[in-house]
Amino acid sequence: MRQTDSRPLVAPLPAPSMTLDGRFRCFTPRQVLAAFLVLIAVVPLVLPEFYVTLLNYIGLYAMVALGLVLLTGVGGLTSFGQAAFVGLGAYTTAVLTTSTDLPGWLAWAGGSPWLALGVGLLITALVALLVGSLTLRLSGHFLPLGTIAWGISLYFLFGTMDILGGHTGMSGIPPISIFGWQLDEGHEIYYLIWIFLLAAALTTQNLLDSREGRAIRALKGGMVMAEAMGVNTSRSRMIIFVIAALHAAASGWLYAHMQRFVNPTPFGVHIGIEYLFMAVVGGAGQVWGAIVGAGAITIMKQWLQDVLPAVLGATGNFEVIVFGLLMVLILHRARDGIWPWLARLVPVRGNQIEIDHAAAALPRREMPTRGEVILEARNVTRRFGGLVANNDMSLHVEAGEILALIGPNGAGKSTMFNQLSGVDTPTSGEVLFRGKSIAGHESREIAHLGMSRTFQHVKLLPKMSVLENVAIGAHLRGNRGVIPSAWRLDRAEEARLLAEAARQIERVGLGSHMHDEAGSLALGQQRILEIARALASDPCLLLLDEPAAGLRLKEKQTLGDLLRKLRAEGMAILLVEHDMDFVMGLVDRVVVMEFGQKIAEGLPEDVQKNPAVLEAYLGGVE
Amino acid sequence: MDLQIAILLGQDGITTGAIYALLALALVLVFAVTRVIFIPQGEFVAFGALSLAALQTGNAPATLWLLLACGACVAVLDGRTALARNDGRKLVAVLAANLGYPLLLAALLFAFSPANLPVLVQVALTLAIVVPLGPMLYRLAYQPIAEASVLILLIVSVALHVMMVGLGLLFFGAEGVRTPPFSDARFEFGSILINGQQIWVVLVSALLIVALYLFFDRTIYGKALRATAINRNGARLMGFSPVFAGKLTFLLAALIGVLSGVLIAPVTTIYYDTGFLIGLKGFVAAIIGGLASYPLAAAGALLVGFLESFSSFWASAYKEVIVFTLIIPVLLWQSLNRHHVDEEE
Repeated sequence: MRQTDSRPLVAPLPAPSMTLDGRFRCFTPRQVLAAFLVLIAVVPLVLPEFYVTLLNYIGLYAMVALGLVLLTGVGGLTSFGQAAFVGLGAYTTAVLTTSTDLPGWLAWAGGSPWLALGVGLLITALVALLVGSLTLRLSGHFLPLGTIAWGISLYFLFGTMDILGGHTGMSGIPPISIFGWQLDEGHEIYYLIWIFLLAAALTTQNLLDSREGRAIRALKGGMVMAEAMGVNTSRSRMIIFVIAALHAAASGWLYAHMQRFVNPTPFGVHIGIEYLFMAVVGGAGQVWGAIVGAGAITIMKQWLQDVLPAVLGATGNFEVIVFGLLMVLILHRARDGIWPWLARLVPVRGNQIEIDHAAAALPRREMPTRGEVILEARNVTRRFGGLVANNDMSLHVEAGEILALIGPNGAGKSTMFNQLSGVDTPTSGEVLFRGKSIAGHESREIAHLGMSRTFQHVKLLPKMSVLENVAIGAHLRGNRGVIPSAWRLDRAEEARLLAEAARQIERVGLGSHMHDEAGSLALGQQRILEIARALASDPCLLLLDEPAAGLRLKEKQTLGDLLRKLRAEGMAILLVEHDMDFVMGLVDRVVVMEFGQKIAEGLPEDVQKNPAVLEAYLGGVE
Repeated sequence: MDLQIAILLGQDGITTGAIYALLALALVLVFAVTRVIFIPQGEFVAFGALSLAALQTGNAPATLWLLLACGACVAVLDGRTALARNDGRKLVAVLAANLGYPLLLAALLFAFSPANLPVLVQVALTLAIVVPLGPMLYRLAYQPIAEASVLILLIVSVALHVMMVGLGLLFFGAEGVRTPPFSDARFEFGSILINGQQIWVVLVSALLIVALYLFFDRTIYGKALRATAINRNGARLMGFSPVFAGKLTFLLAALIGVLSGVLIAPVTTIYYDTGFLIGLKGFVAAIIGGLASYPLAAAGALLVGFLESFSSFWASAYKEVIVFTLIIPVLLWQSLNRHHVDEEE
């Protein structure tokens, strides 16, 4: 069913030609893009007006769907309310360009569509910031419900405010003009629409391939990890929410000047739902999927609106029945939409990220002097209801030493680890990192102070390359934001970040897997990847949660060597571990826990002889 | 505004609030057990009311054809599994429930002219036609992806919703209906006038809420559903099938939806797309309860009912805006009560 009857717009690209040795020649992404641009440019010259109009709508819808690709497909946030943002853009320009009695403070913005675009984007950004700050912190499903609610609210507002013309709407909107050239024909505004859309698509693609972009791509399924690497995930969520809203508002602005008329109907929640359908049908994670999805839904809608009333013998929006059914089937059978299927038809050479090894090294943190106490837990107690998981635990780690926290299953090691890394907050007692209390602080603030960690259950982004996963670790060592990333002004810094990530990958011995998908690595290698990622943040304390689990003997030895080298450089390392052979030959000191309490502390050889430890590990079988 | 009007608006608020409370309970229930945010709940309200109206004009409601079609799909899917497993008894059960029952119902409707039956029998027939659509929808749309994320399930819900609205228009046309009230009784308490239908709404809602409470508190199935809501895998290990839990939940949700529709059809005009807004107001109530607490959701429903009836007096054009904006402070309050970053599924 996913192969619909519609012919998505980017399909008619040149077919792959055979080279002399009989293999398929692959196109570079640049060639494909150029072919697409040429196609877009000549279409209005050869097709009749009807199709140009259809393409205008597809372009407008694709712009909104593109925002949803970023928001839903990449960021995992679902919005049914995008149509309301389209309405904001459309109504702002409608009021500003038609009203004859604007209040004095707004009079400067009247009459000019271009000024109205600026004002509309500004208003939309403000509304998105407001709505976003209210709903984005909530867990997944509250946001879409919230979007339905404010989508309805804004729709009814459009319909009831007298200044907006009520349900009859507003007419007499002037066409856009560029340097005196009026775009009042369909094939004229066509170019403006597609320039806007292509600019939006390319900047979105650039953004995703950057420091900010990696943070955004980590939102879906990697938020805990990203926060631990210093990413402000709330900020990243807000960024994509605002960008999606701005795309929608720009589409609304173009729509208003194309139609020269607005009323509330195209900005209701049901249209918002259709936009989401477009993103999902096209392939919710793919920038170009937005255009495919918008094309498929728009063409299909056009066709169904012709066919269905004749078949069913009644008039009405019956195409939604087919759309609904199609959505359910796509979500059951082909959740990635039609883009991946389409992309397979045109062999495009995958573009491997290039690493510039000559890029200047990133500045490093000043390391504490050897022997300085870096991390200290004082009388930490953590209760879960009646259960005391950690009771009065105290320990400290010095710069240039490796401390192991060991204990039988259920001893409370992981809970302690969470207290130390700031993931959880102690019920009483305090945790000091470099003299500062970290209890109750966000884990990204702690990362900023120079603590980095790995996870007991590996947390990486399986679809991203090893290189990009490790580059997330270096997030805090860069500072270029969204706009430089979107316009490729971040390349110098990006090269340094990637070079640093590559260096850490080489250092841990994963150099041969640099460009592989992280999810394709063996579990042991994934653990090593996590260490590389932690190192990329240039920490002074490394917290490792069972780093040797799942490693083969050789790999363990390599890991041991790496940790010794780090120790020699003055790094403090705390590890939670089960593997006694690994621990005893490596660490400087050991803290043993049982039933949430510390039962022994000291040199490995002393601890091994400690009767309480022997009892905990060997005796007391009940 | 004088006291007279305030009392009148208060009555309205309680009546609609009672309906929202029922819907909110159903939404919380469905979400807790299956993680599905059941947007099409509102369509069951509309389908219930419109089917009853069709019966009263002597026609077989088109929802009957939907029941036959859905039943046939389920029969094919489940029948195939039963055949593959060589399970003859299961096959018979599947065919009887999904093909036999709708056909029997169709035969009954054509044998007796429904227009002349007493109202309560018509209501029972409406329930018999529309309510089984609930578990069938679960089987067809949700069961194959029961383990998917909340967001995927939500998008499926929205897809079902638009589909059912489209079907509603096809089945019942764009005209609205208002059915005759169950009773013409009117009661006067001093200057307060209460009509019989309002009493019906409030009483049936209250009864249904008590019945649901008893079901969840006293019966083994109710307890099993609660267990599923708390720990799905745990309930499964104890031998309680999540598929059965899903179907049972959707049966209850559909029952609540259709009953709500039947109850308010005499109070307000129902169109094919009215259900969406009604259902969403149930949602606002459910969100007030954090999609978790039944009493809070019910209290939220009454709040929504009052807010709606009083704002329709003061600022009738902005009625919907006010109700749906109410969700914002609630969400804000909930967002301020969360600190740590959670992983989403």
